[in-house]
Amino acid sequence: MLVFIIRRLTQSAIVVAVMSVLVFAGIFAIGDPIDVLISPEADEAERAAAIARLGLDRPMHEQFLAFAQEAAKGDLGRSFVHGVPALDIVLQRFPATLELALAAMLIAVLLGIPLGVWAGLRPDGIAGRTIMTGSILGFSLPTFWVGMLLIMIFAVTLGWLPAGGRGATREILGVPFSFLTADGLAHLVLPAINLALFKISLVIRLARAGTREVALQDYVKFARAKGLSARRVVGVHILKNIMIPVVTVLGLELGSVIAFSVVTETVFAWPGMGKLLIDSILQLDRPVVVAYLMVTVLLFVVINLVVDLLYSLLDPRIRLGGSRS
Amino acid sequence: MNQDQPMKGQQIEAGAPLLRVEGLRTEFETRAGAVRAVDGVDLEIRRGEILGLVGESGSGKSVTGLSLLGLVDPPGRVGGRILFEGEDLARAGERRLRHIRGARIAMIFQDPMMTLNPVLSVETQMVEAVLAHARVTREEARRRSRDALARVGIPSPEERLRAYPHQFSGGMRQRVAIAIALLHAPALIIADEPTTALDVTIQAQILFEVQKLCRETGTALLWITHDLAVVSTLADRIAVMYAGRIVETGSVAEVIDTPRHPYTRGLINSVPSRNRRGQPLAQIPGMTPSLLDLPRGCAFRPRCPRAQEDCQEEPGLFGAGHRWRCFHPEPVPAMGPATEVRA
Ligand SMILES: Nc1ncnc2c1ncn2[C@@H]1O[C@H](COP(=O)(O)OP(=O)(O)OP(=O)(O)O)[C@@H](O)[C@H]1O
Ligand code: SF4
Ligand SMILES: [Mg+2]
Repeated sequence: MLVFIIRRLTQSAIVVAVMSVLVFAGIFAIGDPIDVLISPEADEAERAAAIARLGLDRPMHEQFLAFAQEAAKGDLGRSFVHGVPALDIVLQRFPATLELALAAMLIAVLLGIPLGVWAGLRPDGIAGRTIMTGSILGFSLPTFWVGMLLIMIFAVTLGWLPAGGRGATREILGVPFSFLTADGLAHLVLPAINLALFKISLVIRLARAGTREVALQDYVKFARAKGLSARRVVGVHILKNIMIPVVTVLGLELGSVIAFSVVTETVFAWPGMGKLLIDSILQLDRPVVVAYLMVTVLLFVVINLVVDLLYSLLDPRIRLGGSRS
Repeated sequence: MNQDQPMKGQQIEAGAPLLRVEGLRTEFETRAGAVRAVDGVDLEIRRGEILGLVGESGSGKSVTGLSLLGLVDPPGRVGGRILFEGEDLARAGERRLRHIRGARIAMIFQDPMMTLNPVLSVETQMVEAVLAHARVTREEARRRSRDALARVGIPSPEERLRAYPHQFSGGMRQRVAIAIALLHAPALIIADEPTTALDVTIQAQILFEVQKLCRETGTALLWITHDLAVVSTLADRIAVMYAGRIVETGSVAEVIDTPRHPYTRGLINSVPSRNRRGQPLAQIPGMTPSLLDLPRGCAFRPRCPRAQEDCQEEPGLFGAGHRWRCFHPEPVPAMGPATEVRA
């Protein structure tokens, strides 16, 4: 197990290093920040001074080395626009995005798994077919459109829920969270559902496919032949087996939910990292964009690592090694 | 050989068999049409008796076994009567069946690699089996599980209880499955090719073990197999199945020494035997027919060396005790070499 963890950590470090090169190279592709940062009236001397101050006059590989050195110390540069450390800006927005992503995941699991298992147990029943049709809708409707629809129905027409923002927050360990206040929770519901929509469909499909396969296994027949209740057969024997792929995929999806909550955050004006990214790209604020990308890469890597560990916890064949006595 | 003594606390009319199956029919509705995997099967098992159910792959043996406990996969439909300890299981609800499964009738499957849940420990899988039918504490359930493992010859059961299925060899896994089957001292065990997937030596050990345990506890056994040689050393009686029907049934001596159905004769001739060493084995010509397209009359007709015009009619059962489903049965030989199969 220890060897396993060390090996995965090494792999993760390599991934982070490679990604930092790619991110840095990629960032040169989006415009020249000088045009945005310096007033059009500035003369050549002012312009040159600014370029030198920001280090934009040096060749790319030198800029990268300087960046990498600082990055290793946890310094991803200062925002061109705000003048404060870029990492701080990104991390400040991180809790909002994390909260939204976790809420969406929770909804996806709580709805997706029971619906998927149900559809898997009765693939030809009316309920099973309805669930599958619903999941196709969840897959194919565009997120921004559903988001606006949700706002139209629940915020504008019915007036039940607020249309945007985080609402009132309460702090845990200095970090503000919405779900701790009634008002914040009300603000969280619509964006979380919007972000969850795609994932619910995904979980339904995974759970259904897993259930259909597992339900035909001999060990399920054997479990029934022992006289176990249907609840125990489904809730323990089937569920524990389908959880392996579901946890794996969901874990990996958590990264993408965080990274790509951009659309939902924009539609619902949710002040998270995604909205920050869009704003920063528009302002060509390179350090913030780099910081965002690096944080996201790190998140993906950490999540992958955790998923691998979870996976091995769920599956004794991996946890205990494949040896036969 | 038959141990007709009723179990304690059980009111059984004298002479009534433990299990009497009448006209068992199991159909699967498929896109290509209705598949009748089991078609009017009659079986009888007395207490403590071992009945071997023999037949080629696809003849419907597994479906028969599963039908008895209401375990056929959807869209399977089961008809007929399954009288067990005076109750018709074909009419019993899921709740009632659940009380019988594992308690009065237990089941062992073919592939021990597949019958234990890979993600649950042996302890979990045994304790839940105890608790499904006995109101005891977890510790007591655990103790019973450990004793059951010891009984089937698993060394250091306390330790093995905590292990997961993949940490056992195939033979050991099958022993665990047998230990689970024996937990509640069932009146009947349905064993669906439990040794087919194992090495020959392990096969012999398990065979011996199961036979011993069943004789000790007076448990009846429905032993499903395609291996005539194995079943003839183990069973009291044999039922031969072909295309969803029982085509011959009788005591082991009757069926093996004086087979009457040409299919049984074919099965016997395809078993390696000492007398015919060096000669090629006689295979039954042709293939098992598709259940969707059975020949009219006797289903064995296209492969039968004795077939005649009248075989286009459906043959009924002939004989008493030793019975066969054939218009032109094999003649009874005056001590044939087939006896060697039992050696
Ligand atoms: N779920 C199902 N749907 C459709 N047909 C089925 C189903 N289960 C079994 N059958 C059919 O029933 C027939 C009998 O199958 P069964 O498994 O009982 O054969 P078997 O005698 O046990 O063979 P084997 O020796 O290969 O185990 C087969 O033709 C099979 O195709
Ligand atoms: S009834 Fe006819 S075809 Fe069928 S087994 Fe007997 S002889 Fe052969
Ligand atoms: Mg079978």
